[in-house]
Amino acid sequence: MADKAILYDATKCTACRGCQVACKQWNENDEYIPPPSDPNGVPASNWGSYENPPDLSPQTWLKIRFTEIEAGGKVRWLFTRQACMHCTDAACVRVCPNGSLYHHELGFVAYNKDTCTGCGYCIDACPFNVPRSTRNIVTGIAKMDKCTFCTTQGLDRIAEGWEPACVKTCPTGALKYGDRDGLVAEGKKRVQTLQAAGWTNANLYGENELGGLHVLYVLDDYPAIYGLPVSPQISAATIAWKDVIQPVGWAVGGLTVIGLGMNWLVARANAKKEAK
Amino acid sequence: MAETFGRGAMTNHWNDIANADVMMAIGSNPAENHPAAFGHIMVAKERGAKLISVDPRFTRTSSKADIYCPLRSGTDIAFINGMIKYVIDDIHANPQNYNMTYITEYTNAAHLINPGYKGPGELNGLFSGYNDEKRSYDKSTWQYQLDENGIPKRDKTLQDPNCVFQILRRHVSRYTPEMVSSITGCPVDTFLLAVQTYAASGAVGKSGTIMYAMGTTQHTYGTQNIRAYGILQLLLDNIGITGGGINAMRGESNVQGSTDHCLLSHILPGYLGVPRNTDTSLDAYLKRLTPTTKDPNSANWWGNYSKYIVSLLKAWYGNAATKDNDFGFHYLPKVQSGANYTHIALFEAMDKEIIKGLMVWGQNPAVGGPDANLERRAMDNLDWMVVADIWHTETANFWKRPGANPADIKTEVFLLPAVGSFEKEGSVTNSGRWMQWRYKAADGPGEAMDDLWMLDQIARRLIKLYADEGGPSADSLAKLWWNYGADHPDVHAVAKEINGYDLTTGKLLPSFGGLKDDGTTSSGNWLYCASYTEDGNMAARRDPTPGPFNVGLYPKWSWCWPVNRRIIYNRASVDLNGEPWDKEHPVIWWQYQGAEKWVGDVPDGGWPPINVDPKATRWPFIMKPEGFARIFGFGRADGPLPEHYEPWESPVENAMSGQQINPAVTVWRPEEQGDRAKYPIVCSTYRLSEHWQSGQMTRNMPWVIEAQPEPFCEMSEELAREKGIANGDRVIVESARGKVEVVALVTKRFKPFQMNGRKVHQVGVIWHWGFIGLSKGDSANVLTPHVGDPNTTIPEYKAFLVNVRKA
Repeated sequence: MADKAILYDATKCTACRGCQVACKQWNENDEYIPPPSDPNGVPASNWGSYENPPDLSPQTWLKIRFTEIEAGGKVRWLFTRQACMHCTDAACVRVCPNGSLYHHELGFVAYNKDTCTGCGYCIDACPFNVPRSTRNIVTGIAKMDKCTFCTTQGLDRIAEGWEPACVKTCPTGALKYGDRDGLVAEGKKRVQTLQAAGWTNANLYGENELGGLHVLYVLDDYPAIYGLPVSPQISAATIAWKDVIQPVGWAVGGLTVIGLGMNWLVARANAKKEAK
Repeated sequence: MAETFGRGAMTNHWNDIANADVMMAIGSNPAENHPAAFGHIMVAKERGAKLISVDPRFTRTSSKADIYCPLRSGTDIAFINGMIKYVIDDIHANPQNYNMTYITEYTNAAHLINPGYKGPGELNGLFSGYNDEKRSYDKSTWQYQLDENGIPKRDKTLQDPNCVFQILRRHVSRYTPEMVSSITGCPVDTFLLAVQTYAASGAVGKSGTIMYAMGTTQHTYGTQNIRAYGILQLLLDNIGITGGGINAMRGESNVQGSTDHCLLSHILPGYLGVPRNTDTSLDAYLKRLTPTTKDPNSANWWGNYSKYIVSLLKAWYGNAATKDNDFGFHYLPKVQSGANYTHIALFEAMDKEIIKGLMVWGQNPAVGGPDANLERRAMDNLDWMVVADIWHTETANFWKRPGANPADIKTEVFLLPAVGSFEKEGSVTNSGRWMQWRYKAADGPGEAMDDLWMLDQIARRLIKLYADEGGPSADSLAKLWWNYGADHPDVHAVAKEINGYDLTTGKLLPSFGGLKDDGTTSSGNWLYCASYTEDGNMAARRDPTPGPFNVGLYPKWSWCWPVNRRIIYNRASVDLNGEPWDKEHPVIWWQYQGAEKWVGDVPDGGWPPINVDPKATRWPFIMKPEGFARIFGFGRADGPLPEHYEPWESPVENAMSGQQINPAVTVWRPEEQGDRAKYPIVCSTYRLSEHWQSGQMTRNMPWVIEAQPEPFCEMSEELAREKGIANGDRVIVESARGKVEVVALVTKRFKPFQMNGRKVHQVGVIWHWGFIGLSKGDSANVLTPHVGDPNTTIPEYKAFLVNVRKA
C-alpha cells in the first residue's frame, strides 16, 4: 500500500492550535495543569508565552512552537508543528528492544503500548526529541507515548479511512493528509510558488531526511530558523545498538541460556552420580 | 455602514474574501478571532493576493501578512484619511488607474453641498453647526443643494468647489504622510507601501476588501472609523463587487441575527425605528422615519416603511391590530425622545437606582462590560436579577465578587439554566447574513431548557397577569397575539411568523415585495420575508453548488437576507450598460448570453442599467433616498466626514486641531479620566483564539485552559527594561478606574511608537477572565472607561491610559 503522510504548510499556519486541542480530545489525553491548590479552581501559569503547555509530554503529543525573530528591523512570528515526524529510518524503531515500536503498513511509526516496557531508549535516540514517558506511581510501570498518527489503540481513525484529528480540525489548510507521493509533489509546487514570490530560501523539509519523513514541512525559510534539525541523523550509538550490539546481545543471551541449560544438565548428572 | 451604503451589515461573505486581490485587516485580527474564516484569506493569498495588517502590535494575522503597519490604538481615522488623500492626489495625477464612472455615477462625489458648510480645517476641528452647550450639531449646512425639481444638484466634472469630491479633497489635504506618521506612529515608508498596494485595487476589475471588527468600532469615534473605510472603498470602486466590500467580521455565531431581530435599543426587527414618546400617531412615526425623494430615478426603498411596520404590528398583535387603532401602534412601548438606552446608559441608570430589575440573557457584563467595577457595584442596587446562561457567570454571582460582602447585597438573583446551541433547534444568522437552520443534536443536562421555552413561559404568564390585573401599558402585553403551541413552543411557527403571511389566504408570503400597509399581510421581520415560504424552510437548504459564474455565491446553501442576495449593492459591480467591471468574477450581468434580464446574484434592484433605459433605471444604492452611496454622509451625530480626534484618554495632544476629543461624545464620568502624567501608557484590551468572550464557555474547559492558562499583559522589551520587568513576572496594570494583576508577556511584537521624535508606549491586556469558573483571573475591563461613540454608545475598550509596574 502507498505510504500516507501529513503535509504541514508553515506559511498557512496561524497557530490557532485547534490541532493541539483536537489531538488531546480524540486521543483522550488529559490537560497538564499544575496541581490544584484551590479546590474550586485550576491554577495554571503562563510562563510569558503563547506556547502552553511549554513542552511535549506523555499527554501532549502535538504542540505548536512559537518563535519570535527580528532581522533587518522586521519582526517575524513563526509557528512550527512539533510532534512525531514518523521517519522511514526511525531511530526509535531501531532501539526498541522488543518491537513495541514498529512501522505501520502505511509507513508511519506506530506502537503497541501494552508491550512497551518503558525502557526509554527511544527517548534518547529520537533526533527530533519527541517521545516522552511516564511512570505510574502505583504500579511502577513506565510507558512511552508519542503521536500515533491517530492509530491509538481503540481510537484508530486511519483504519476507518479518516484523516488524523489534527488535519480534520485545521481551518486554514495548513495541514493535509494523503498519499505521501502526492503530498511531496504538492509541497514542491507550493515551494516553487513561494520562491517565485520572493521567498528564495523556501524548501520542503522531510522529503529525504531519514529516508523520508511522513510529516512534510513547507517552509518559507531555512529549517534551522523554524527550530528543525538541518540534517537529522541517527546517532552512531543507535546504529551500533541496533545493528551490532543488539544482535550480539541476543547472541550472548542465547549462549547464556544454552550455557545455563548445559550447566543444569551437568549439575543434574552430577547429582544423580552422587545419589548413586 | 448604513450611513454610507444603506444597510448596517457585512457587504460580502467570508468565502467571497477568497476572490480579493488585496485585503486589509484593520481593527481586526482574523487569525486570532476568526480562525476558521482565515482559511478564505489563505485561499486568496495562494492566488497571489496581498494581505495588509494594520495593528498596534504584530499579531497572528500580521505573521501571515505581506505588509505590517504598526498604528497607535485609536488613530485609524488619521491612517485612513491619509490613504484617502493619497488616492485623491493619485486620481488627479493618474485618473486612468481609477474607475471614474463608478465614482461619479454611483457615489455622491458629484453632489453639491450647501455653500454654508465648513469643515474642521476651517473651524479648528469642528464642523459647521456645532452647539457647544448641547455638544451636538445642527446639520442644516451639511445638506445637498437641490435644483428646481427638488433633486440634488450634481457636477459630474467634480470641479465645483462645493461638490463632495472637492470638499473631501480639502478635508483630507491636511493628512499628509508625515502627519499620519506623527499621529499613528507608523513609519512613512511603511504607510506609503501599504497605501500604494491597497490603492491598486482602484483599477477597473481589481478588488480590495477591508476586514474590520471590534478594534474599529469600540472607540469614541467608532462609527466614523467605518465611515472612513467606506469612503476609501467607494473611491476604489470596491463596493458591490466580488472580493471587495467592507466586511464587518462578526465574532458571535448569531450576532448579525440578533441585530436584525432588534437586540439593540434603538430599533425594532428589520431596522425599523423604535417609537418615541413624540410619535403621537402611526402617521407621525412614519413621517419622522420614512425618507422621501423627488428624483424619479431613485428607488428610495425605505419609502416602503409603512408596509413593514404595519406588517410587523399585524404579526405581533394579530386581530387586535386594526386600521382604527393605528394597527396597534400605541400598544408599542415608546422611548423618551433624546434619552439613551444603550449598555452604558443602562448601567448608569442602575447606579442611580432608576432601574431596579435586570434580565441578563447570554451576556456577562460583570466581565465584558466597560468599567466593570462600576457595573458590578451598580448591580448591588437592583431588587432582582434574572440570568439565563449555560454556566454560572460572574454576573449571576456579582454579589460574591472579591471585596464585596454578600450580606450587604439584597438583590434577589434567579439563575435559569439554559441549554447550549447544539441542544436546541432554530436558526443563526452568520456574519455574511446567511440564515442557517440548525438541528438539535443532544438533550441538555439536568433542568436546563432552551431560551424559546423560557421566553414563552415568561410571556404567557405576563400576558395573563396584565390581562387579569392590568397595570402600566397593560395592553402592550395583554393584546399580544401569542400562540406557538400549548406545550413546548414550535420553533417553526416562530420562523414562519417572522417570514409572514398573506392574511387573506393564510399562505406564507414569497417575499417582502408582497407586504402591504392595509393590514392584509403580516411579517415579524420584513428583511426575513422569503426565508420560510410555501416552498419550505429556505434556511435549511444545503446544496453546495457555487452558483452563477462560479464565484462562490452558493445561492442554494441556507438563505441570505435580503431576498437571498449574497453580495449587497451588486448593482455597482457593473458599468452603465450592465456589463461587469470584472468579467472574470462577475456578480451580476445584464442580458448575459442573450438572457432578457439580469443574470447572476439577485440584483440589488432589478431595474435595467442606466444606459439601457435611462427612464426606467434606478440609481444603484437603493436604500439611500438619493440612490447614491454617501462619501459625504450627513446623518451621523459627529460630522459628515471622518476627522481625527484623540481617544478620551490619550498620551498626546491632538495634532490635527484644538478639539482634543470627539466633540459630540457624552462624557458620563469626567472624574474617572486618567491623568496622562500618572498613566502615560496606551492600553488596549483584546481576545485570544483559545478563549471566548467573557470566558464561561472556555474557562471551564481544561484543554483550553491548558493552552492559555492565565490573563496576561503584552508589552515591548523596551518598556519592560524601563520598568525592570522580566518576561513571566507578575505585574500590576492600573488605570484611573481600577487595577489588575496579570503575567507580563514581554515581546518583540510590541514596539514603542515614535511620533515626532516622541516615544509612546502601548500595552495590551487579555480580557476573558473573571472570578467564577475553573480558571480564574482578573478582568481587564476594570480598567476600561464608561465612555462611548456618540452614534451608538459602543464602549471604548481599545484605547485608554494605564501604568504598569512589577507586582
